[in-house]
Amino acid sequence: MKVVLPAPDISRAIVRIAHEILERYNGAESLTLLGIPTRGAHLANRIALSINAIEGGQVAIGTLDVTMHRDDLRTRSPKALLPTVIPAAGVEDRHVVLIDDVLYSGRTIRAALDALGEIGRPSSVSLAVLIDRGHRELPIRADFVGKNIPTARTEIIKVNLIEVDGSDEVTIAEGGAR
Amino acid sequence: MKHLLSINDLSREDAILILDTAAELSRIADGPMKKLPTLRGRTIVNLFAEDSTRTRISFEAAAKRLSADVINFSAKGSSLSKGESLKDTALTLQAMGADAVVIRHPASGAPTRLAENQWMSGAVINAGDGTHEHPSQALLDAFTIRKHLAKGATDLAGLRVAIVGDILHSRVARSNVLLLTKLGAHVTLIAPPTLLPFGVESWPVSISYDLDSVISNVDVLMMLRIQQERMQERFFPNAREYSRYFGLNRDRMNSMLPNSIVMHPGPMNRGLEITADAADSARSVIVEQVSNGVSVRMAILYLLLAGLPIEGGIN
Repeated sequence: MKVVLPAPDISRAIVRIAHEILERYNGAESLTLLGIPTRGAHLANRIALSINAIEGGQVAIGTLDVTMHRDDLRTRSPKALLPTVIPAAGVEDRHVVLIDDVLYSGRTIRAALDALGEIGRPSSVSLAVLIDRGHRELPIRADFVGKNIPTARTEIIKVNLIEVDGSDEVTIAEGGAR
Repeated sequence: MKHLLSINDLSREDAILILDTAAELSRIADGPMKKLPTLRGRTIVNLFAEDSTRTRISFEAAAKRLSADVINFSAKGSSLSKGESLKDTALTLQAMGADAVVIRHPASGAPTRLAENQWMSGAVINAGDGTHEHPSQALLDAFTIRKHLAKGATDLAGLRVAIVGDILHSRVARSNVLLLTKLGAHVTLIAPPTLLPFGVESWPVSISYDLDSVISNVDVLMMLRIQQERMQERFFPNAREYSRYFGLNRDRMNSMLPNSIVMHPGPMNRGLEITADAADSARSVIVEQVSNGVSVRMAILYLLLAGLPIEGGIN
């Protein structure tokens, strides 16, 4: 197992993503951050803190659970649902930034787009991820990336965050054949 | 777990998973995302060989909110009333490709018979069988109690629940005793001795014949319907006497603890086991039980049908 992103690099990436988001949307006014539980929601919190520190004020933030919209439900045992919290202003005519920890096949994001479509019609949707590990199975790309890490499909990327795992680091490990 | 036949099929963790899932689903139902695509293309048959309003509509609403196709099929107006056997009905459902059957039947054990014989491959969900069990009702009752009184806890530890009335004929009482005690609540059954089942001493509950001595010490008062259709003999002298000793009226309700709630699985006999002013009071969560029922049944359908069936627990 190898650490590919230590704690200070994670913090820097989050601050940079916060700046990039603000630059793209000329401030935080029309922004709604939606984290995909579990780790995406915590990353969204940190990006929101960073944005609030830069801009002042409070950026709209929520969580979006995509479990019920996944296309692989039939192939595995059912999972417990995680919270979906949509900010009071909703998503209608907002610039929504979806936030997740790792972008891999793109299927989670497809499910998130479906879930979002049920809630309303944002004026735009973009995607921020901490790690892009490649191997897309759908035409989806990230707008804001913490770090691109080329991987083999057999390797296992693990994002650890203090809120869930007790420490901040991203590791890569050799996996067995899948 | 593939079927839901009895509360005994559920571990404490399974039950809590269902309640937690229902809590998330009810939040979704309150929000803008009313319909979920999760069970698209699945067929759920509601096989109701006994009358029902709430349970059937509730299962139907739950299945539709998860985008499943629903076929309703009641005894009246089907070949069941011509004397078709459960086996032939099951074979028909199998031939039509039902992924799940929600069954209500006047015979105790009918859902188990459906599940254990290899007549059909779908999941079987017990929606009330005779005087045996009604697990989805118990789960929605536990969900309602937890929401009002558990103060954020995942189970019902330390809560005191009194179930009052026709325990003998009540599948709701049986499922509730199993589930509520599994979740840590203390259950007291209150009824005239004639309406308590044989062997009730061995249940993990307290028993009382006097509502007034218990009512001021409970968090939840669950009134049961007097099931006149199942009563072939006289269990109490007359309805007026039953109401006087075991009915919930305004005076009795006023002696309840400040935050306690009144429940009833429905349908109510207003004026018999509960007066109209008690049923419509601020303590009553009877209407809320119905809306919680949809969320709980969505959780059951999701957990049983969305993924691969796993041997052992739902997890």
